[in-house]
Amino acid sequence: MKVTILQFPGTNCEYDTQHAFKDLGAETEILWHKSENVPSDTDLLVVAGGFSYGDYLRSGAIAKFSPVMKAVKEYAKNGGKVLGICNGFQVLTEAGLLPGALKRNEHLHFLSKHHHLKVINNDNIFLKELNKNDVVNIPIAHHDGNFYIDANGLKELYANNQVLLTYTDENGETQNPNGSVDSIAGICNKEKNVFGLMPHPERAMETLLGSDDGVKMLKGFLSA
Amino acid sequence: MKVIVNVSLKAGVLDSQGKAVHHALNSLHFNGVSDVRVGKQIVLNLNETDEAKAREEVTRMCEDLLANTVIEDYEIELIK
Repeated sequence: MKVTILQFPGTNCEYDTQHAFKDLGAETEILWHKSENVPSDTDLLVVAGGFSYGDYLRSGAIAKFSPVMKAVKEYAKNGGKVLGICNGFQVLTEAGLLPGALKRNEHLHFLSKHHHLKVINNDNIFLKELNKNDVVNIPIAHHDGNFYIDANGLKELYANNQVLLTYTDENGETQNPNGSVDSIAGICNKEKNVFGLMPHPERAMETLLGSDDGVKMLKGFLSA
Repeated sequence: MKVIVNVSLKAGVLDSQGKAVHHALNSLHFNGVSDVRVGKQIVLNLNETDEAKAREEVTRMCEDLLANTVIEDYEIELIK
């Protein structure tokens, strides 16, 4: 199992992500955004969190034109698995690999805390280790995590089981920290090979550090 | 040629910043404000001198990069 992790100027979660996947037994490689191809032995490509290009203009707006993104689109088109975490999710929506957009948090604050999430759909490689309605405790850390999609787009997400995770309290009751449509925290594309979420599963790998619920999420990719 | 691009959230997309500014104006007793939208302004200096060509080029810039048309609208103003 080989996990390739993208690094743009301003990415800052690539080493946490590498540590998490190494812990799970995967081989890892950090790939600088100037690369024009994705290593051919890649089983999962992660667009890691951070502040690519300083979030200038809009989060993820400039990263989508990095040389590597052309290769990422090609990789995804051929069925390659892609996971975007936080800024990575923003990059994937900007690049058109996932629908919708991430707006400024409703109350305009940068949020950095643990938050509970409910599993809405698990018929995909990412969440197959979890059950529907499971509640996990995963850190969030974002300023632009307010997921927006128009009414038609939302209908389509539900119709294809593309809504993966929503923000809840510890009992699985809706609790929306950032104003996102239907409290959505994570989605996937129609083909279920491109995944994006604002919360950081790679920061929830040790009970000592608050939660190891991220293990069950990331492990899905390894037991393919 | 100078070109001004104004980018703002689409009507119908909640503008939290606009709402916060509106609230602040009200608390300063500017009670005659019925709505506030916050956007951003991008000022370009183009070498192009033909207006139609300039507008066409800037439109492409907006569609590709300057605006995210999922949530934002843009307006292009050419200044001679």
